[in-house]
Amino acid sequence: MGSQGGFYQSKEFLDLVKSIGEARSKAEEDRIVLNEIETLKRRISEPDIPKRKMKEYIIRLVYIEMLGHDASFGYIHAVKMTHDDSLLVKRTGYLAVTLFLNEDHDLIILIVNTIQKDLKSDNYLVVCAALNAVCKLINEETIPAVLPQVMELLAHPKEAVRKKAIMALHRFYQKSPSSVSHLVSNFRKRLCDNDPGVMGATLCPLFELIARDVNSYKDLVISFVSILKQVAERRLSKAYDCHQMPAPFIQIKLLKILALLGSGDKQASENMYTVVGDIFRKCDSSSNIGNAVLYECICCVSSIYPNPKLLESAADVISRFLKSDSHNLKYMGIDALGRLIKISPEIAEQHQLAVIDCLEDPDDTLKRKTFELLYKMTKSTNVEVIVDRMIDYMISISDNHYKTEIASRCVELAEQFAPSNQWFIQTMNRVFEHAGDLVNIKVAHSLMRLIAEGFGEDDDNADSKLRSSAVESYLRILGEPKLPSVFLQVICWVLGEYGTADGMFSASDITGKLCDVAEAYSNDETVKAYATTALMKIYAFEIAARRKVDMLPECQSLMEELLASHSTDLQQRAYELQAVIGLDAHAVDCIMPSDASCEDIEVDRDLSFLNDYIQEAIEKGAQPYIPESERSGMLNISNFRNQDHHEASSHGLRFEAYELPKPAVQSRIPQALIASTEIVPVPEPMYPRESYQTTMPSIPSDAGSAELKLRLEGVQKKWGRPTYTPATSTSNSTSQKTVNGTSQGDGASTVSSMRETYDSRKPQVEVSHEKQKLAASLFGGSSKTEKRPATGHKAAKASSHMVEKSHVPKSSMEVASDKAASAQQPPDLLDLGEPTATSTALQLDPFKQLEGLLDTTEVASAVNGAPAASISPDIMALYVDTAAGIHNKNDADLLSGLSNPSVTNMPGTTAMPQVTQSSSKRPNPKDSLEKDALCRCGFACSWAVDRTIIQAILVFIYYYQIYARDCHINVIQPY
Amino acid sequence: MGIRFILMVNKQGQTRLAQYYEWLTLEERRALEGEIVRKCLARNEQQCSFVEHRNYKIVYRRYASLFFLVGVDNDENELAILEFIHLLVETMDRHFGNVCELDIMFHLEKAHFMLEEMVMNGSIVETSKANILSPIQLMDKAS
Repeated sequence: MGSQGGFYQSKEFLDLVKSIGEARSKAEEDRIVLNEIETLKRRISEPDIPKRKMKEYIIRLVYIEMLGHDASFGYIHAVKMTHDDSLLVKRTGYLAVTLFLNEDHDLIILIVNTIQKDLKSDNYLVVCAALNAVCKLINEETIPAVLPQVMELLAHPKEAVRKKAIMALHRFYQKSPSSVSHLVSNFRKRLCDNDPGVMGATLCPLFELIARDVNSYKDLVISFVSILKQVAERRLSKAYDCHQMPAPFIQIKLLKILALLGSGDKQASENMYTVVGDIFRKCDSSSNIGNAVLYECICCVSSIYPNPKLLESAADVISRFLKSDSHNLKYMGIDALGRLIKISPEIAEQHQLAVIDCLEDPDDTLKRKTFELLYKMTKSTNVEVIVDRMIDYMISISDNHYKTEIASRCVELAEQFAPSNQWFIQTMNRVFEHAGDLVNIKVAHSLMRLIAEGFGEDDDNADSKLRSSAVESYLRILGEPKLPSVFLQVICWVLGEYGTADGMFSASDITGKLCDVAEAYSNDETVKAYATTALMKIYAFEIAARRKVDMLPECQSLMEELLASHSTDLQQRAYELQAVIGLDAHAVDCIMPSDASCEDIEVDRDLSFLNDYIQEAIEKGAQPYIPESERSGMLNISNFRNQDHHEASSHGLRFEAYELPKPAVQSRIPQALIASTEIVPVPEPMYPRESYQTTMPSIPSDAGSAELKLRLEGVQKKWGRPTYTPATSTSNSTSQKTVNGTSQGDGASTVSSMRETYDSRKPQVEVSHEKQKLAASLFGGSSKTEKRPATGHKAAKASSHMVEKSHVPKSSMEVASDKAASAQQPPDLLDLGEPTATSTALQLDPFKQLEGLLDTTEVASAVNGAPAASISPDIMALYVDTAAGIHNKNDADLLSGLSNPSVTNMPGTTAMPQVTQSSSKRPNPKDSLEKDALCRCGFACSWAVDRTIIQAILVFIYYYQIYARDCHINVIQPY
Repeated sequence: MGIRFILMVNKQGQTRLAQYYEWLTLEERRALEGEIVRKCLARNEQQCSFVEHRNYKIVYRRYASLFFLVGVDNDENELAILEFIHLLVETMDRHFGNVCELDIMFHLEKAHFMLEEMVMNGSIVETSKANILSPIQLMDKAS
């Protein structure tokens, strides 16, 4: 058949294809296609188009989409074409539909009926065409429409139909495992199909099933082994051969399945050894496909229970791959090596020079693969070289996707194996500097935490040295243009906390730098916020140290700008800063103690400092607080509330948000009911006690041990220990071996013999001294070994220092560690997590402060209370800090006894939930307006005030203090 | 799911056939094709036939003016995919007789039919050339 097109193709089509083929540029191609779209739009809706013509149109539509243009105007014609009687036209219609539509497209529903009909066709080719469409177009909802017919077709006399029916079922399983879970046994049955094609296809779904649930398929090990044996012995039809290899694709699939089934299962693996060994021997290593099978054998051998003989064969193949001139084989060799070193780490040593060749190869693909290998074989002895190389490479590439990956790997390795703090900080600096915006923000947080907590528990000196060196390096780095935001955040935080700590740099040095940062990155609000808080800390430390504070002019102008900022967060920080500067040394020291980011915040849960107030208020005639459970009027109130609820719901208002405390009361009642009614025959006191005895102790002890474990693991794994244990133990032993004289000689001899063979192959290439040095530092193989264990020891020592630190290993459980890490972060790091409930409040002890400040409150609220209350809350709510707005009123009510008209008829305490709810949730102005309105309606009387709520309020009382003096300004500030 | 997409692209970077085994929108396809074609066409003969791109690994092979690119998952056997490309070319050769770019352009649907026989749900299901071609020959006869 010539390339000039078939018999039936029109001149128009030939011209189109030719012109596309001859198009010299993308623009020309686009022009042709746009023209074609216009033509087709006109032609395709003409009446009575002959079938062949229509088929051609549809293929032209396929061209349009393939070349990147929208052809949706013709989809419906493709759908119509699937109804055609002619097989070729029908199949072309199905093809076009599968190319055009995804399974959720609206037109699919029009095709399902056709598919159903075609599945019942007598012509098996029609059935096959329909099954192809089923695999691409049926979604979860339409599965039931075709499932019965597909099931019938599994027993079709034609093998081609059985094969496609199996794949359709496979597709259903992929889409919705539950819809066909009762039918998975069919895959097992089809494994015994007489036709090798059907059997081969069945391996695909089985592979997926086994990957999900290995244990249910252990019984098939024998079958798979015997099939593989038959395939390897050429029992299948010659039609499946490729380059004299018997059915290689089936062999590969079987080897993949065996790798899953034999993983960690000695008994199952033993059944496989013979056949895998046979394949190793029989494979033709000169053909591409032969090597593909050999590679799959290595994967299988490194996954199943280890067998020395097979490992040896695998190692042989790997060295053949690595020595090959073909880059493809080298790539496969590096990958295979990465798999095998998990089981026998010593194998890496003999290939060190080949590995380094690959690392320095200009081919990017090969280089990346080699980095992957290095990543797998990193330990504390070679981490410096490897991470260094990785970062160099990271800097050199521009592909963000890979940059992110390699950056996170660097961080992971550095966290796990860092030999010293200095090195760790330097490494992190480099990673942040060059890939800062690509790394996870959590990494930045953990770096801050690390600098704050230090490494050694009792070595304060080392910690402060670490911090000064961090500060110093950051001040240097700040000179560089265009730093990533995440990195700047770290820098600002560290400068704020520790910039002036060692006295090397004056406050004006640091604040000047911080102002520069805020100015240079004025578009980045997060960085600005960090810088502002850092400024506040620096000034606070100065004030606390009773030094005179001179605000730099640039800092002042920055503050002026921020005070009027559109960002509420920045504005608030600026006000906080202003407020702090106005305080005296003692107060500042309480609010902002230096280097207290790691200190636990003590919370006075009894709120004992309020006792005087309460006493005073009671003396003045206020109602004492009664816990909800003890309130005598509770029933009435709840009745009242229910009534309200009814009325309210009929009016269309929602009150759901106010029913939070209800379950606590209700749950108590059902418990009592159960105890008294349901368990009548059992002596009443016995049952609950028993259940307590059995359940109660187990929970705390569990939790306790889990906590304990978590800590220990975190400590040991984070420093000095490699990711996977088996590799460590062996690698340690090898490195020890190399230290003592005799085996060092051994190592050297293997190296040199290795070099000989290497040289003989490539005589023109002299193995350079540098390369050997690199090899030695990577693999710990030759001359420089004495130095290495020392660093390892140091790392181990460092790890023993870490006992009290509860870092969680990154590698072991990514998810868990992430959670734990975020939970463990000192509150300071959460700075920006919640926009306005900021660190300052958490960092200091608000309750201690309160006592001192309360006096001013009375004055302030006595003065401010009246105007604050008189200004309508709506306006207040519109003001950025909504909660504070509402708060003013209630503070006044609670603290000074000045009562707001709208709240007077309730005891002070009952209004409080209102405040906390809105304040803790930080609602938008609309929300708070609503709530405020509700509050005034007086619906919230029956709230239970629990302690946490009071604490939250107190945080806000504190805030109110800071804001009190600015109250007027706040309110009139334009929003 | 091993194979995510199969592309045939000429050495000017123009797409000659595209088959996806997972749904991508037109824009996503266009962007993806542009990126990987640029990557693969820039490589020389000595370099590996594999390229990593985002979450894909691309296995490619050049036959005269035509590049065959197969996007696969990370745990796919690259050499086997390379062989699969060769098998595809051999099959087309058997049908068209010394296949060239224009054959695929003029008989786009047939090239697709062959792929439909060889790959389903992203897995290789048929490797016997006779089995792949028999339905296509039967259809030719019937029409």
